[in-house]
Amino acid sequence: MNALGNLFMQTFGWLAKLGRSAIFLCRVLAALPRLVTKPRLLIEQIYSVGVLSLLIVVVAGVFVGMVLALSGYRALADFGAENALGTSVALVVVRELGPVVTGLLFAGRAGSALAAEIGLMKATDQLSGMEMMAVDPIRRIVAPRFLAGLIVMPLLTSIFCVMAIGAGGGYFIGVDILGVDASAYWNGIQSSVEFDRDIANIFIKSGVFGAIITWVAVFQGYYAPPTSEGVSRATTNTVVIASLAILAANLMLTAFMFSN
Amino acid sequence: MAHDSDDTSDNLVTVRDLHYAIDTRVIYKGVDIDIARGRITAIMGPSGTGKTTLLRLISGQWRAMSGSVDFDGQRIARLSQRQLFTLRKRMGMLFQSGALLTDLSVYDNVAFPLREHTRLPDRLIRDIVLMKLEAVGLRGARDLFPAQLSGGMARRVALARAIALDPEMIMYDEPFAGQDPISMGVLLRLIRRLNDVLGLTSIVVSHDVKETLGIADYVYVISDGEVIDHGTPDQIRNSDSDWVQQFIQASADGPVPFHYAGASYAKDLLGAEPR
Repeated sequence: MNALGNLFMQTFGWLAKLGRSAIFLCRVLAALPRLVTKPRLLIEQIYSVGVLSLLIVVVAGVFVGMVLALSGYRALADFGAENALGTSVALVVVRELGPVVTGLLFAGRAGSALAAEIGLMKATDQLSGMEMMAVDPIRRIVAPRFLAGLIVMPLLTSIFCVMAIGAGGGYFIGVDILGVDASAYWNGIQSSVEFDRDIANIFIKSGVFGAIITWVAVFQGYYAPPTSEGVSRATTNTVVIASLAILAANLMLTAFMFSN
Repeated sequence: MAHDSDDTSDNLVTVRDLHYAIDTRVIYKGVDIDIARGRITAIMGPSGTGKTTLLRLISGQWRAMSGSVDFDGQRIARLSQRQLFTLRKRMGMLFQSGALLTDLSVYDNVAFPLREHTRLPDRLIRDIVLMKLEAVGLRGARDLFPAQLSGGMARRVALARAIALDPEMIMYDEPFAGQDPISMGVLLRLIRRLNDVLGLTSIVVSHDVKETLGIADYVYVISDGEVIDHGTPDQIRNSDSDWVQQFIQASADGPVPFHYAGASYAKDLLGAEPR
């Protein structure tokens, strides 16, 4: 009976938190239009969550592309289909790995930083101080970070895909190292990747992932207990919850986009 | 505790029958407090009695469970967020930590409320910021960042920011905690001078007896969710309450026990429990 009661209380707690996060998201969305008057806040955050995440995304893209080309080449060579390497690398990267891996990296790099920054601002009374100066922290702090994440994720995903498929990643291993014909590599990509299906997929998925990650991060930071342990837990929760949410959302989006 | 008069016209803030609890911990169980216009009112009491909570209730950051908190005749609990923000432009608050924005310089911190709430040209904002910083003696530190300031300097910058919009009332949350004697003296003079020169109403929340009684016009002593005593500093010094005497004389013996309630010491030492 006690275990049942605990389960009930835990479920109730989760539902309450979910409801609170939905209300929080509505408040953030309502604050977005006022960013028009303060574009500098948005630009600063685009730099902070986007430009500063570039290095990890570029390096990861290069390595993922190289590994895909290496393993793909071995499998295709068994069937004498090495010329399909470009197609294989491009479709895997564009349809699945690009948005998902970029999302996971973004959650680890930018999501955790957002949660820690906002959590620390709360712990040091900076958010309360703003409220006392009649400045809404959701408008001034949270909304620019949320919108920046939403804008930056599709761009980072595009960069990841280009790095994985292009000269630094798959192309380098496939064409320069393993000797696949360069024109076959590019022609395969050109003929198999469709704009309205695959490229649109990148932007839709990464936009959704960007919204999920920044939503989780700003919510966790904003409602973090104002202690060092609270901020630490908010940071960890952001990475764990955002990563799992991305994987679940990816399954749903893939099932929806590629179903007939 | 009954008040001498129900006439609230001279009071900027009126608190009546305030009840408040955090989870299961009762903070206030029916307190009445009046904050008179143009005067420095001190709220004193030991740590953990809810002095900071009172400031958050007055500023509308938290809502009372029952009872009322009125600011200049407006009931705080009934205000929408927009109305509350409009009201807060008439208040300033000095947090214990200073609450300066760490990514902004001293100058930008003081300019922050002006940039958010006015459309003044940069030149005018610059003049106002320099005047406010001059008032707290830190005009020369305008290019420093909060991490480069001492605790006392950070509080003075926060004070300059709190008066940037020329509020009617300033709330000071433990302004003397952790200050060296020089910083303490500077802050004491600043609080008194700003109150008198700018015609402010001030609420000082503190447990530093000597300093607070030295600048306050009226004092409330709070403990265990109730107002234990209130009056002028002299009345408080001569209070016949044992509790107040123990508090202002910092005595170990008195109505407030040194030890937190627990099992008997002998039982604890002889007990088999590892904790």
